[in-house]
Amino acid sequence: MTTVESAPAPSGPPPKQTSLSMKKALRSVRRSVDPVVGVWLAALAVTVLGWIVVTAQGGSFLTTANAVAILQNCVALGLVAVGQSAVILTGSLDLSVAYLISLGTLVAAETMASGGVVTAVIAVLALSVAVGLANGLIVTGLKVNAFIATLGMAFILRGWIEDNYTGPAGEVPVSFQRLGYDRIGPVPVSVFLLIAVAAVMWLITRRTRLGHHMYATGGDEHAARLSGVRTGRTVVIAHVLCSLCVGAAALFLAARLGAGAPWAGTEARYDLESIAAVVLGGTALAGGRGGVAGTLGGVFVLAVLDSVFNQLSVDPFFKNVVRGVVIIAAVAIYARPRRTPKAPKALKGGGSA
Amino acid sequence: MTLIRNLRGRALAAGAALLAAVLVTSCTSDAPAESPPAASGSGSTADAGTGKQSTFFEQAEYDRQLALAGETPEGPADKPWEQMLNPQMTDTSQYKMADPSGIELCFSNAGVFNPWRQVGLKNMRAEVKLHKEITKFTVLDAQGKDDKQISDIQELSARGCDALIVSPNTTATLTPAVKQACGKLPVIVFDRGVETDCAVTFVNPIGGYAYGAVAADFLVEKVKPKGKILALRISPGVDVLETRWSAAKVAFDKSELDVVDVKFTDGDPAKAKSIVTDALTRHGDIDGVWMDSGATAVAAVEAFEDAGKDVPPITGEDQQDFLQAWQDKDLTAIAPAYPTFQWRTPVIAALDILKGQKVPKEWKLPQPTITQENLADYLKPGMPPLHYAMCGCESMPGFPKDWGGK
Amino acid sequence: MSAPTETPDTAKSAAGKAPTAATGTRIVRALGTGIPVYLLLAVLLLALLITDPGFYEPDSFLSFVKRAAPLVILAAGQYLVIVCGEFDLSVGAIVTAGVVVAAELYGSFPDAHWLVVTAILLVAGGLAGLISGLITTVLRVPSFITTLGMMLILEGAAFFWTGGSPQGVLPTAFRQLGRGTAFGWLPWAVVACLVAGTAAVLVMRSDFGRTLVATGDSDRAAALAGVRVIRVRTVAFILSGAAAALAAVLVGGFSGVSAQAGRGYEFEAITAVVLGGVVLGGGRGSVVAAMAGAFSLQALFTLLNLQGVSGALESTVQGVIVIAAVGLGAADWSRLRHRRTPPGSGPPDRTPPGTTHPTGTHNSGGTPS
Repeated sequence: MTTVESAPAPSGPPPKQTSLSMKKALRSVRRSVDPVVGVWLAALAVTVLGWIVVTAQGGSFLTTANAVAILQNCVALGLVAVGQSAVILTGSLDLSVAYLISLGTLVAAETMASGGVVTAVIAVLALSVAVGLANGLIVTGLKVNAFIATLGMAFILRGWIEDNYTGPAGEVPVSFQRLGYDRIGPVPVSVFLLIAVAAVMWLITRRTRLGHHMYATGGDEHAARLSGVRTGRTVVIAHVLCSLCVGAAALFLAARLGAGAPWAGTEARYDLESIAAVVLGGTALAGGRGGVAGTLGGVFVLAVLDSVFNQLSVDPFFKNVVRGVVIIAAVAIYARPRRTPKAPKALKGGGSA
Repeated sequence: MTLIRNLRGRALAAGAALLAAVLVTSCTSDAPAESPPAASGSGSTADAGTGKQSTFFEQAEYDRQLALAGETPEGPADKPWEQMLNPQMTDTSQYKMADPSGIELCFSNAGVFNPWRQVGLKNMRAEVKLHKEITKFTVLDAQGKDDKQISDIQELSARGCDALIVSPNTTATLTPAVKQACGKLPVIVFDRGVETDCAVTFVNPIGGYAYGAVAADFLVEKVKPKGKILALRISPGVDVLETRWSAAKVAFDKSELDVVDVKFTDGDPAKAKSIVTDALTRHGDIDGVWMDSGATAVAAVEAFEDAGKDVPPITGEDQQDFLQAWQDKDLTAIAPAYPTFQWRTPVIAALDILKGQKVPKEWKLPQPTITQENLADYLKPGMPPLHYAMCGCESMPGFPKDWGGK
Repeated sequence: MSAPTETPDTAKSAAGKAPTAATGTRIVRALGTGIPVYLLLAVLLLALLITDPGFYEPDSFLSFVKRAAPLVILAAGQYLVIVCGEFDLSVGAIVTAGVVVAAELYGSFPDAHWLVVTAILLVAGGLAGLISGLITTVLRVPSFITTLGMMLILEGAAFFWTGGSPQGVLPTAFRQLGRGTAFGWLPWAVVACLVAGTAAVLVMRSDFGRTLVATGDSDRAAALAGVRVIRVRTVAFILSGAAAALAAVLVGGFSGVSAQAGRGYEFEAITAVVLGGVVLGGGRGSVVAAMAGAFSLQALFTLLNLQGVSGALESTVQGVIVIAAVGLGAADWSRLRHRRTPPGSGPPDRTPPGTTHPTGTHNSGGTPS
């Protein structure tokens, strides 16, 4: 995780486009620095607090085993959340990720059982591209709200899974299971997969024209379109990128589970959890602000929390209460300084209120 | 203009899709037997209405379970959780602790996402309290996530537990993790199994085939030939539930009963009630209801009452609200059980193992059925509606209060 | 999330002077967005007639309405929140918690009068809504996150309190509202549905309703026009919470104690509202159409059930129909807009200076007035 932590704080892409509205759309990007720092500070605070509480209870928190567990628990949610960041940045949303994960593990495990690992990886990524493309086209082409479009896609995938699979299926060869179980020193191999995917996504969003377009589209679709951004295409690509990340998560889970499971994605509520992690990481749900670095922080906070709960053997129902409070409180805390200066400015001259 | 044309095209496309979808649903109406994939494997009248057999169906295991159901278990008659069927004892001397007085027992739980598991966990905690030599009992809850349960198992096996109990969330997917843990400490698996025999013992009741068959045989006996049967299942793709249905399917296919509908309720009583109401509208009458679990049984009973019909023979589970309704309304019913007392056994097994005593390699527990004759024995007044009667917890300290009863 | 940016300039200008906006235009516009859902409902009801001629016998039909009642009430509540630019994901959890809490209350006080328990639930639901509303408006947490957190908190708290399962049984008197009938033929749930529906329509016809729509359209403009945005949005959340609690009473009455009484209702309610042509992000759509959306969804469930579509494929068909219907709605509406827009008005320049995000859930902050 140190690699990610030491990643340079994103300073926002240089405004190459000279168009006025483009500038306006990009202005918000610079503001996104604060939440990233905020969420990593929060992660640090949760870790320290957890360490104090667990130690006070007679446990030991900062052990290698525990650190490994925390990192390991980041991977699946991290991969999904990185993908989710891409769509949310663009002003869209993906609620179909949970079922895509389930289907992905099934396709991966079944293909690996009959064909080879490479074929399986290609098959899963192809499936992901197809689903992402469908999501994107429904959102942009049919003008269906992303919430409904991807929820509908979730139902479609669910029916497909339930009609074709009656339980865990397929088998993952031991060689591929190493992705889920091996580690280099204290760091699980899969964490490198997460770092690699996150790094690629960070490069795409921060260092490419496509990335600028994503921020611009999410910030103000209308203004972006006026300044020549093909917003429709950008949204479609964001959905494809998201689904590819989800495909990677499915491959990782297949490696870890050793088989495909129809409820691999749904029982863990990856749809809502990933959105929570993204927002926890300071990305605005409406798009245009935030980024991958913050999302990883959000995922890390949730993983540390889980570990603390584990150490303290907290009642699972009470755990949900605390998670709910933490998610709301964290967003409330760093939503505040970012917005407060905005309000008076926007209301200048509005004396009647 | 292009914009408008595009919009119009979009409208047409969407409209066509919508119409097609509605038409598809309404056109298959009168021929459920021809309705697409589910029935594709079944052309013959022998299995009309029940669909194709689950890919999970294993004839050998089916035969074994039905044979086990007829066996008499060994062990104390009043403590079914200590009984065992056809035990093949295995030596555990290698796990014997030098000083079995300060035992730390660990448990990786799949989750407490349904009342059955909640009652079970209460049983297990109560069982732990009965044994003073267990000084620490750690439970990690995976909340239904396979991935988290794998980490939990890894964490627990690195934590210095003396024995590890695992209730796997998924059969296939936890196999690698359990294999790893087996190398480090004695492992006891219960409820669902894993695809390795490295665990010292695997505790489970007879199983889903026996469950489904008992319920189906009851209907075959009580409902007149050609009677219309409605089968209500929770959700597809859950292995322990697939076995229940596939056994019932075998029984129905052999009988002269007509299974008119097989529906999924998602375990939601409101949905179950709607399905039964619709089935009554559609088929006029229903002569028997088969269920793969009890959570929605009372809702089904009420659907008949609200429609002003007599409740036909119905199968349920040992859930309190169903047993209560059975007695109050004098139903013709049967309640096979997947007993929650099996949550006590792993603790007993763990202690046996740590004392070096022999345990069965597969600890098969009996799976009693609640019938009209023994209903009064199992129905305990004052228990909460979602309590499972076959908990074996009546004589434990804290009963009934800790189980929510009065 | 991209659809809301299609908001027409007519709506914007109307919102600017919202309290005095011509009601007539608003109603026409509202009907316009609702037309697809009425068509969908008609098609589904026709399909039901073809599938099962007995469906329209009074008993069958009333029982259909009775079953739809909780979802219709939830949709009405959800509409209020969505039209002012927010989400309420906590309604499913309120239903579950409501049923569990009612059973738990009866476990402790078996002789409690049903009116008292119902009233307690309604107040508690409203309170949950109040908290969500205040967190969203005062603390400026996006409502998606607020209500997602509230969902976790409510479910966790209800089961933590009851130790996993409620201890009481819901008595017959309490269950009358969801299960019983008035005069021996009219289900009380239908009466409750009618009352709640009428109340929702009246609310939307009142000044409050107009300010609600204006707030969802542009909270900044509404604030400038003197709307107390924080208060308006919070009241919408309170009403949504209370509606969910009423739905809990109906669901609990209809099918008894269950640990998952409300599972999935949040998505069903939002789907129903969107089917009704209401735009996520706020500012447009009618409450009647939202309720029609709920009826359509329930009709779809019933149709799929009666059809005997292979149980497993039901979800797929449902997904396709929902996407197609909303796609049809979006397209149809756009075309209408283009017909109505006077020629030569050009592309609407609706972005007021200084506003980076004209729509979406993040704009929840209002004026501290």
